[in-house]
Amino acid sequence: MAIARLLDPVALRADFAIFERDFRGRQLAYLDSAATSLKPRVVADAMSAYLNTYSANVHRGIYEIGEEATAAYEAARAKIASFIGARDAREIVMVRNATEAINLVAYAWGRHNIKRADTIITTEMEHHSNLIPWQMLTQEKDADLEFVPFDEQGRLIQDSYDVLLRTKPKLVAFTAVSNGIGTINPVADMVARAHEVGALVLVDGAQAVPHQPVNVQDLGCDFFVFSGHKALGPPGSGALWARREILDEMPPFMGGGEMIREVHLRHTTYNEVPYKFEAGTPDVSAAIGLGAALDYLSDLGMEHVRAHEKELVEYALELLPREVPSIRIHGPLSAQDRAGVITFNLADAHPHDVATLLDREAIAVRAGHHCTMPLHQRLGEEASARASFYVYTDRDDIDRLADALKKVERLFARPAVSAPAH
Amino acid sequence: MDDLYRDEILEHYRNPHNFGTLESPTTAKEGANPLCGDRITLMLAIDDQGTVEDVAFTGRGCAISQASASMLTDEIKGKPLAEIANLGRQDVLDNLGIEISPARMKCAMLSLETLRSAVADRVAWQGKTDEG
Repeated sequence: MAIARLLDPVALRADFAIFERDFRGRQLAYLDSAATSLKPRVVADAMSAYLNTYSANVHRGIYEIGEEATAAYEAARAKIASFIGARDAREIVMVRNATEAINLVAYAWGRHNIKRADTIITTEMEHHSNLIPWQMLTQEKDADLEFVPFDEQGRLIQDSYDVLLRTKPKLVAFTAVSNGIGTINPVADMVARAHEVGALVLVDGAQAVPHQPVNVQDLGCDFFVFSGHKALGPPGSGALWARREILDEMPPFMGGGEMIREVHLRHTTYNEVPYKFEAGTPDVSAAIGLGAALDYLSDLGMEHVRAHEKELVEYALELLPREVPSIRIHGPLSAQDRAGVITFNLADAHPHDVATLLDREAIAVRAGHHCTMPLHQRLGEEASARASFYVYTDRDDIDRLADALKKVERLFARPAVSAPAH
Repeated sequence: MDDLYRDEILEHYRNPHNFGTLESPTTAKEGANPLCGDRITLMLAIDDQGTVEDVAFTGRGCAISQASASMLTDEIKGKPLAEIANLGRQDVLDNLGIEISPARMKCAMLSLETLRSAVADRVAWQGKTDEG
């Protein structure tokens, strides 16, 4: 595919210092980007420039570096807005990560709009961050929480969703892409159907923003959240996007500095959006780092990023079952609706042992439940191993994974040696 | 890769000793490692003199947690609680005899922690609990 060749994963490794490190004589095969991505040098450089040369607070200092810091911070907000297709940078609330963004919505919007016997719909494939805030809210309000199940190939069962929508939910909250099994959900269609019954929709974009073009206008949702650290950015960066009208009506999240207009001892008027939701000094350097990361991704072109990862998924879905006979791959078996996430179990080796043994070959994969325990209960697995891809991943990484998994298979299938008697 | 898991570990994993249940245990305890999904149920038959007459465990998990449980149950069978009280983390690591990374320490210690909790009311533990 011509489009995929526009992104050269091996060439761009020069932008990532970590690939210069020696891992037992090899370059790192980092297959855990769904947990957090590696960072290109430009991210640390941008953060370092702020911390070293203009580390003033934002929205306060009436002096040169204070104005520089404010400009850089607001430029990062504008980059985020542009990256996800927001109409207006004022619709972007800077947060630490997607988890904080969802909790902000559950607290500020949810506590004022969800009442007893109301329904919130989410799915059985959510990351815990898009489940537990809704559990806490519905328990507090004595409201109902319902779940869209997924089928054998990890696709949300749309007929079940339609049945649940008949309960006239107030909110539907679901992930654009499953971090557990890689499913790319039909977001725009699901949003439209929720709107038909009058629900607002929150989309968890943590696994979408780093890996595919995203436009919140096209998705049509009301709230959208993502984390910067999965998108080449630093930990501590992320954003909540919501439609301006909704943000205007929402009460604040945390109280403190920055979020105020006028404070008296017994009452306060609040700042305009988004500052109303940004109490306290923000993580300025993280925001600036995220801005640099999004610039880097924009230069690559998100359609190229997706094309590259789709090609890797096709390759992995073909190679791994052929080379590793005992592998069970969970989730969609077509690259069309699967992000660069291959979640699997081997017949005889536990995922932890798989991850420990792969680590000996300088291959980093995730083992466990990936913050999706209900999803794993549905799969019937206590835990799984997960290899996830990004812009710096190439076929050689997947070849190394297949070779190492073959070794693990052989090791665990080795004829039993009798143990010493005890 | 092959040198990490000794044959003895793999053998304990494939054919764990004392795997199963006891008909009339005097105490039973479940232990779980929520981060990983490892879990074991440990059953003990302790006689009036405080000796572990019999022990059994069931569970699912990685080779480290299962081999560790297999070896630990071998070690405590027939021993008085007073002696078992001296068991610590280093004994478990010595049994395993392989390098355990910090991220896998919870897997290795699940059976010991479950044992401690199962007999907490009968044993004043002497073995160190907090190193490693």
